[in-house]
Amino acid sequence: MMSDKTKTGDGGIILTNAEDLMNWARLSSLWPMGFGIACCAIEMMAAYASNYDLERFGILPRPSPRQSDVMIVAGTVTFRMADRIRRLYEQMPEPRYVISMGSCSNCGGPYWEHGYHVVKGVDRIIPVDVYVPGCPPRPEALIGGFMKLQEKIRGEHPIAPELFLEMESENAALTPA
Amino acid sequence: MTFQEITALIAARFSESRLDADTKGMQPILIVPVEDVAEICRFLHEDEQLYFDFLECITAMDNGPGTATMEVIYNMTSIPYGHNLAIKTVFPRNTADQTLPSVPSVSHIWRTADWHEREAFDLMGIHFEGHPDLRRILLPEDWDGHPLRKDYIVQERYHGIYVRYEDGNSEQLPENEDRA
Repeated sequence: MMSDKTKTGDGGIILTNAEDLMNWARLSSLWPMGFGIACCAIEMMAAYASNYDLERFGILPRPSPRQSDVMIVAGTVTFRMADRIRRLYEQMPEPRYVISMGSCSNCGGPYWEHGYHVVKGVDRIIPVDVYVPGCPPRPEALIGGFMKLQEKIRGEHPIAPELFLEMESENAALTPA
Repeated sequence: MTFQEITALIAARFSESRLDADTKGMQPILIVPVEDVAEICRFLHEDEQLYFDFLECITAMDNGPGTATMEVIYNMTSIPYGHNLAIKTVFPRNTADQTLPSVPSVSHIWRTADWHEREAFDLMGIHFEGHPDLRRILLPEDWDGHPLRKDYIVQERYHGIYVRYEDGNSEQLPENEDRA
């Protein structure tokens, strides 16, 4: 009996390195923490829902920071919320990523001058990987943000020790072109 | 029932109280002395002809250090009778070294007032005498000052986070190194 593999000429073997495989696995199942803090969360929910369907990228919200890979800070970060966000970030296992969604979370947004209660950018409390501009950003923009994050993960070296990378770059510098 | 009829009832009941009316605006306002607020509100709530069962909102105002007064405005409606009333009280404002100005609480008359008074306390710094649980409601417990005061100056940092926008490179300060 002919199997599907014979039909497609695909031998069922892929040659790759462990690093690429690991990166591919990570970037193909980015599980965000299921939380939203202001109106940007409405756009985020629209992105999860059927029209935009983030699940086709392997992105589905998790109810616990312990199970999440990425935190989408979707909305205005108030000082009252700041401690909670920092706590939630600390509860996430590594590797962890942060997408800052919308102007408020990027830089304070419309509250930059008179908003005594708003943290002027979530990057003042946790490190941010990708900034998505907009007020609020459309679901396409959030998907764009995820694409950027996937690009970033694709270029990571999760296995190689830092010393090795250092040596490699030194070698590259020494080798005549 | 018109504003004149309502104020006539109140004036008859509180004859020794210093009542005033401001009828220049769209909505006439009855101005009452600050110490009588709770008593007058109880009367407005309980009197059979008035029956103000719905406190719509409480507004607090700061007239600034120049005028040195603050105001609290109560808007109320009687749902069965369909009439409305706004009453206002004006009282002196405190300076930095004085205690907060005090207004009698009406939270025992209308439960709505509980959170409204907490908000006025939180943002305006008005103490409501007799309130069962006068804590901040919007801002964090350990926030400094009352932001809607005219002379409010925002604190420099909150839990190590620089509050204002301008100094974006405050991360370089040595006390912030731990959160890099």
